[in-house]
Amino acid sequence: MSELYNGIIKRDLKLAFRQKSELMQPLMFLLIVVTLFPLGIGPGPDTLQRIGPGVIWIAAILSSLLGMERLFRDDFADGSLEQMQLSGLPLYQIALCKIVTHWLISFMPLLMLSPLLALFLNLTLSMYLALIVTLLLGTPIISLIGAIAVGLTTGLQRGSLLLALLLIPVFIPLLIFATSAVESAAMQLPYGPQIAIIAAIMLLALALSPFAVSYALKVSQN
Amino acid sequence: MSGLVGNNLTCYKQDRCLFQNLSIRLQPGELVHLTGPNGAGKSSLIRILVGLSTPDRGNVKCDGMYTTDPAFAKNILFIGHKAGLNGLLSAEENLTYWCAQHGLNVTGKTIHNTLEMMNLVGLEAVPIKYLSAGQQRRVALARLSLKPATYWILDEPFTSLDTDGIAMMEVALANHVSNNGAVIITSHQSLSGRAGPYRTEQLDYQL
Repeated sequence: MSELYNGIIKRDLKLAFRQKSELMQPLMFLLIVVTLFPLGIGPGPDTLQRIGPGVIWIAAILSSLLGMERLFRDDFADGSLEQMQLSGLPLYQIALCKIVTHWLISFMPLLMLSPLLALFLNLTLSMYLALIVTLLLGTPIISLIGAIAVGLTTGLQRGSLLLALLLIPVFIPLLIFATSAVESAAMQLPYGPQIAIIAAIMLLALALSPFAVSYALKVSQN
Repeated sequence: MSGLVGNNLTCYKQDRCLFQNLSIRLQPGELVHLTGPNGAGKSSLIRILVGLSTPDRGNVKCDGMYTTDPAFAKNILFIGHKAGLNGLLSAEENLTYWCAQHGLNVTGKTIHNTLEMMNLVGLEAVPIKYLSAGQQRRVALARLSLKPATYWILDEPFTSLDTDGIAMMEVALANHVSNNGAVIITSHQSLSGRAGPYRTEQLDYQL
């Protein structure tokens, strides 16, 4: 365990904080999108409240695509990944650690920023609570599934367009259930089922994705 | 069966056969110099031997373990074309994280001493991207004295090293072999007498 923590997680965190502009880029993108929507659509409180959850979720998915490639690209290019593969640690554990770190650096700031975003878009407290639950359960899915696609495209030059094409269809169910949960919350309806489905997808992805990533990386390395 | 053994290896790249039914064996106490023209498949063979690529036919065993065995890598040290160093991290950080990944209990002092031995005094804390190609290569090669592995598998380790660096490396190879280690090395220049006795394996370019 200490190998994974000291060798992978600490390293990735240090690298992320050393590239502050890359760390800030998705967050700034998200903030800009969410601020521009009221200006473009009109600042009516009711309109904002209705589109709010969708806007936040779409912005979160799109902004995550910006930094997704970083998950394995640099380590693949400079050979660090080869050395990790030959460290004797199982590759799926390495992949899981990298995914967890990716989630921490790309979605934790979003979660911390979410009260502000909710305020921008005039969400009520119950809507905000539903939103934060969907974000907490849903964003790990983006990291987990995204890692598979990054693993597959990492050996290709300019794989980012392919990455977006691969991932967007997979994220559509997540988007539908997440926004529908917040909508139910807005109407004071129970939103347990939607949350349960998101949680189920998350657990399934958590169980399978590390193995898929490790296989994808081996194929890319071949 | 002891040693690093490749049995009947066959490798195709872009529909060209690089080698067919190639068997290669590396035993402790041996230095093998793998030669051949560009494109002959030296790097492909090396990557197959460490388990990074899978051969189209054949298998690789190290002391009886297949490449898929989790313990396979424990006794192997591979340094490839790519240095495996992150440009934003310093030499010291790169090596510290590398040691942590490999489960080596190495103190900061040991890493310092190793870098000093590689003539990198004063450059320990500089991000790798500001070092010259030769200095980066020295940082990558510093791993050889950090991990106690029997099998050293080195792909073009002399690239961009100066004459002093090459001499130092050759002495290190000879020492490792005399301590019952095994080395397989690809290099376009021939090894000098400092490296001690060695066996040459020739890979031919196949059409």
